[in-house]
Amino acid sequence: MTPPGRPPVVDGENPRRRRYGWLLLVPGMLWLVVFFLLPTVQLFFTSLYDPSGSYEFGYAMTWRFQNYADAVRDNWDLFVRSFLYAGITTAVCLLLAYPLAYAIAFKSGRWKNFLLVLVIAPFFTSFLLRTLSWSAILSDQGPVTSFFQTIAILPDDGRLLATPVAVVAGLIYNFLPFMTLPLYASLDKVDPRLIEAAGDLYSSPFTGFRKVTVPLSTPGVVAGTLLTFIPACGDYINAELLGTTRQYMIGNRIQAAFLRERDYPVAATLSLILMLVVVAMVVVYVRRAGTEKLV
Amino acid sequence: MAAELGAGPGPGARDLRLRGVTKRFGDFVAVDNLTLTVTQGSFFALLGPSGCGKTTTLRVVAGLEEPTAGTVSIGDEDITRSRPYKRPVNTVFQSYALFPHLTVFENVAFGLRRRGVRGVEERTEQMLELVELREYAGRKPAQLSGGQQQRVALGRALINEPAVLLLDEPLGALDLKLRRQMQIELKRIQTEIEITFVHVTHDQEEAMTMADTIAVMNGGVIEQMGAPAELYENPLTTFVANFLGQSNLIMTAVLDTSGDTLVLDCHGQKVGVGRARSHTQQGRGWLGVRPEKIVASAAGAEDHADVNVLTGGVVSDVSFVGVSTQFLVRMPWGQELMVFEQNTGTRSPLEYGDEVDLAWSREHAFLLDAEQDARAGMVREGDS
Repeated sequence: MTPPGRPPVVDGENPRRRRYGWLLLVPGMLWLVVFFLLPTVQLFFTSLYDPSGSYEFGYAMTWRFQNYADAVRDNWDLFVRSFLYAGITTAVCLLLAYPLAYAIAFKSGRWKNFLLVLVIAPFFTSFLLRTLSWSAILSDQGPVTSFFQTIAILPDDGRLLATPVAVVAGLIYNFLPFMTLPLYASLDKVDPRLIEAAGDLYSSPFTGFRKVTVPLSTPGVVAGTLLTFIPACGDYINAELLGTTRQYMIGNRIQAAFLRERDYPVAATLSLILMLVVVAMVVVYVRRAGTEKLV
Repeated sequence: MAAELGAGPGPGARDLRLRGVTKRFGDFVAVDNLTLTVTQGSFFALLGPSGCGKTTTLRVVAGLEEPTAGTVSIGDEDITRSRPYKRPVNTVFQSYALFPHLTVFENVAFGLRRRGVRGVEERTEQMLELVELREYAGRKPAQLSGGQQQRVALGRALINEPAVLLLDEPLGALDLKLRRQMQIELKRIQTEIEITFVHVTHDQEEAMTMADTIAVMNGGVIEQMGAPAELYENPLTTFVANFLGQSNLIMTAVLDTSGDTLVLDCHGQKVGVGRARSHTQQGRGWLGVRPEKIVASAAGAEDHADVNVLTGGVVSDVSFVGVSTQFLVRMPWGQELMVFEQNTGTRSPLEYGDEVDLAWSREHAFLLDAEQDARAGMVREGDS
C-alpha cells in the first residue's frame, strides 16, 4: 500500500529497506573492530617500543622504526624458509588435491558424500595430536623410515624426522583439506555438458580439460592456494614437532618471542612484517590470476 | 567449403545413414533397430514426445552415446565407433552449453582453434555476421538474452562447416514469439549454407515449419517418415494422426473394396475413402478426418453430392478463437467430433444446440487399422 501523496516505490527501492539494511553489518563489524582492528593497532604500537625495555620493567614508546630493519636483518633466513616451505606445500597440495577433487566431483557417483566426509575427517581430531602422530610415523624406528632405508632411498643412518622433508610433509598433510574443498566446490559446479560440448567441438578429452575444466576451476585454485599458503606461512607446529631449530619457520620465532622470551617489540614487528608481506603477495597473485574477470 | 573435411564429389556423397541402430539402457530400449537416411543438405526433423528416443538417436550420431547395435555412417565413412571430436558433426545443445569463461567471439572460434585451421579471426567475423551478433563479440554468454545465446550456440557449431548439424530442441528455452522468429531464421541460414540439419523436437509445429522431411518417433521406432504435408494429410498410424495436428477418428466397417474408393459403414451411414489413403482394406478401421476439412451446415440445408456426409449432429460446444471458430458436434452414436471453421464472415454462424450435417471431400479422409489406440499420440494437458 502506498501512503497518500507519495509516489509508489519499486520493491527494491524501498527507502525503509535502504535505511536499515546496513544494520546487518553491525555485529560482524563490531567483532572485527574489537578482535582484529584494535589488536592490530596495539601490535603496531608495540612494534615501535624501545627494545631495551622488558616485560618486568615495562617498555617506553620511542617510535623506533629501526625495529623493522633489525627484525629483517636478524631473521631473513627464517622468512625465506617460511615462504619456501609454504610455497612447496601449496604446490604439492595443488598437485595432490586437483585429481582428488576432480575424481570426487565427476567420477565418484553415489560415493560423493562419503568421500567428502573422508576429506574433512581429519578435522575430527586436533591439529596438535595429528601432527604428533606424524612424528611417531616418521620416527627413526618407525615403519616409513625403515621402509625407505630398505629400498635404499634413505641411507642406513638416514632419517626422516627432524628434516625439512618431515616438516613440509606435515604441512602438506595438515593443509590438504583446505586445498581440496574449494577445488571440489568449483569443479562440482562445472557443467558436464560443457565438456561434452568441447568434445563436440574437436577437443580431445585432454584439450577439453585444459580449455574448459581448468579455466572454470580457477576460482577454486585461487581460493585453495590462498587457504593453504597463508596459514602455512605462519605455521609453527609442524616445524616444532617434526623439525629442529634448523627447520624453524618465522612462526616459531614469533611464538618464542611472544611466549618464551617475552620480547614483545620483536614479536610484534615480526608479526606485522609477515602480515604485510603475505598481503602483498596475495594482492599480486589475485591480480594476476584475474579472478574478478571470472563469471 | 566442406572440402577440407574431405567431402566427396557431388550431392548425396555426404548422406547420413543409420542402419539398424539400437540403444539399450539396461532393460530399457531407447532406440529400437532404427534405419534411416538423411540426404545431404536437407532439413530433417526427428519429432516425438519426450522419451521416444529422438534425443538418444541424436546423441548416437554425435558420438556422445555408443549404439548397442547398428552402424552410423556419413557418405562412405563409418563413424559408429569414432570419438565425438573426430566426427564431421556438430551439435547445438538444448541448454546451449556455451563456455561461460569465454567471450562470444571465442565461443564461436573454439572449434576452429582446436583444429588449428588458418583464418580463424576472419571466419569468426563472418559467422558472427551470419548470426547477427557482431556487436556482441566481446561479451560473455551470461550478458546475452536467451535468443542471442541460442544464436551463439548455432554459430559456434556452424562455423566448423560440419557434414551434419545436430540441433537438440534448440528453441525449447525461448518464449513463443522468439521461437517463431528463430524458426524462420534457422530455415534461412540452413538454406543459405546448405548443410544437413537434423533437428530434434517435440513441437510438431516447429518440425512442420522448418523441415523438408519429418520422422515421427514413438517408443524408439519411426512411426512414419515423409514431407510435412504428406504426414499431415495421409498419416499411417493413429499416433501420427493425433501427434501432428488433431484428427477425428471414427470407428467404421469396410463394406466394399471393389472400386478406387472404399465404401465404409459409419454407424449406419455410408462414406467413402480413397484407396491410396486406406491403410487397412478389410474388417474394421478408424476413419480419420481433420477438423478443418469438415464443413458443418444446418441439417438438410445444403446439397452434398460427391462428398461424404454424416447427418444427425448437434452442436455441443462453440469456442471462438479469432481466426476460426472451433465446434464440437455430438453425433447420434455419442461421439463428439471437432470442426474448425475459418471466420470468413460469409456463412451464418452456428450456435449451441443447432442440428447440423457434417461434410468433407473424399480425398480428405484416411483409413487406419482398427487395432490401434485411437488416443495414441494425443497431446495431453500440460505438455508444451
